[in-house]
Amino acid sequence: MIALRDSLMELIRRTSAEIPDDVQAAILAALEHEQQGTIAADALQIIQRNIELAKRKSQPICQDTGSVLFYVDAPVGLDQLAFAEAARQAVREATRRGYLRQNSVDALTGKNDGTNLGPGAPTFHFHQHREPETRVRLILKGGGCENVGAQYSLPDEQLQADRDLAGCRKVILDAVLQAQGKGCGPGILGVCIGGDRATGYEFSKVQFLRRLEDRNPVPALDALEQDILKTANELGIGPMGFGGKTTLLGVKIGTLNRVPASYFVSVSYMCWAYRRQGVELDAEGRITRWLY
Amino acid sequence: MPILLTTPVSEAAVRALKIGDAVEITGTLFTGRDAVHKYLAKGGQLPPGVDLRGGIIYHCGPVVIKDEAGRWKVVAAGPTTSAREEPYQGDILRRFGVRGVIGKGGMGAKTLAACREVGAVYLHAVGGAAQVLAEHVRNVRGVYFLEEFGSPEAIWEFEVERFPAVVTMDAHGHSLHEQVFAASQAALAARL
Ligand code: SF4
Repeated sequence: MIALRDSLMELIRRTSAEIPDDVQAAILAALEHEQQGTIAADALQIIQRNIELAKRKSQPICQDTGSVLFYVDAPVGLDQLAFAEAARQAVREATRRGYLRQNSVDALTGKNDGTNLGPGAPTFHFHQHREPETRVRLILKGGGCENVGAQYSLPDEQLQADRDLAGCRKVILDAVLQAQGKGCGPGILGVCIGGDRATGYEFSKVQFLRRLEDRNPVPALDALEQDILKTANELGIGPMGFGGKTTLLGVKIGTLNRVPASYFVSVSYMCWAYRRQGVELDAEGRITRWLY
Repeated sequence: MPILLTTPVSEAAVRALKIGDAVEITGTLFTGRDAVHKYLAKGGQLPPGVDLRGGIIYHCGPVVIKDEAGRWKVVAAGPTTSAREEPYQGDILRRFGVRGVIGKGGMGAKTLAACREVGAVYLHAVGGAAQVLAEHVRNVRGVYFLEEFGSPEAIWEFEVERFPAVVTMDAHGHSLHEQVFAASQAALAARL
């Protein structure tokens, strides 16, 4: 129990203070690509300095340490109640140590008890698998970028978006246009086509567990991901919406079955401060491997 | 090269700025977010010791701790979303002679009109860059309304050195946010 709690605390610390390698590579590539001396390049440089400073000082990359989302692949027989309790203890202690800001308030009263614990905080998604290891992935999802997420119900008359891939493309690009720099771009899109209103948004966030450089195994979705990334970066929105070549760093799209009557496209936006890490744990809860 | 601004900022210095200019601010910043803006807009008075004439308000809820010697130390100081202050900002610029507002995400038509009228600018800091921006805060000179509003919502008086930001709304009625939106909307229309 203690080993598990400490492992999860280390997972939280590292997620909060260190940007994963794939995202770091994308930011450095963007910095190369922007024209030096522009405000877009300056903004990326400040972002890069911030990433280095946070890691060196082991302090949160961004002060909004976000919603705490755990994705757990568990062997059959793992005690999920005990796991969740250990994770809550880890969140409480990580907050006390400043890896997480006191960032969770009562929905109605706005009261902050300073623990980051409460209904839905943290959030757990458990999945069983037939392997002996437990894999825990963590996303810290900031509020500014969460606010620019969008869900479309197709057909969308105003955007002239039909129930097909071309329609999906239109609404996803509309989400990029509406977001501008407000979600602390350059951003990464997680998209779900299908599902219902709840599962659609949820699965759009699961896309953030994919590595940035991976390719979608479904050819039609892969083509759509590449197309949206390219097109978004031609719009000139740029880092922070200052104008420039880097509007998005990545696009990840998944699908869920839908009922014939519904056709949702759910878009989640992740800011440049893309905090996502994962660990593999042995039966005692010790870290055996980092996943990103 | 960034344009250097020193507080208190003169009207002439502010009117000389245009959207897209990179600036670095040295002097004093006063933080203020939702609670302060609402309080001031409802007729509240500034606490003694806070003079906003020629000053700059920073939309920021910093993380500030006390070190062993009992001195305040800024750990994180990134900008927060400014749009929430849109109902109040214009009146506050007029009433207190503020020359600049720093935040993120830009603001709307009311604030833009007030900037033009009184000679003020909106300055965009890099969202999320809490560590880098905290390094530009050299000293915490004081804190006001700490009891009433709590730490993130209090007015913190920061001494800053070369604090980086970009002018995205100037005193001539121009908004980089409006321009980038219009240009990107046209670019998208051509690609649909
Ligand atoms: S959107 Fe991301 S980078 Fe921006 S303030 Fe929120 S968490 Fe930080």
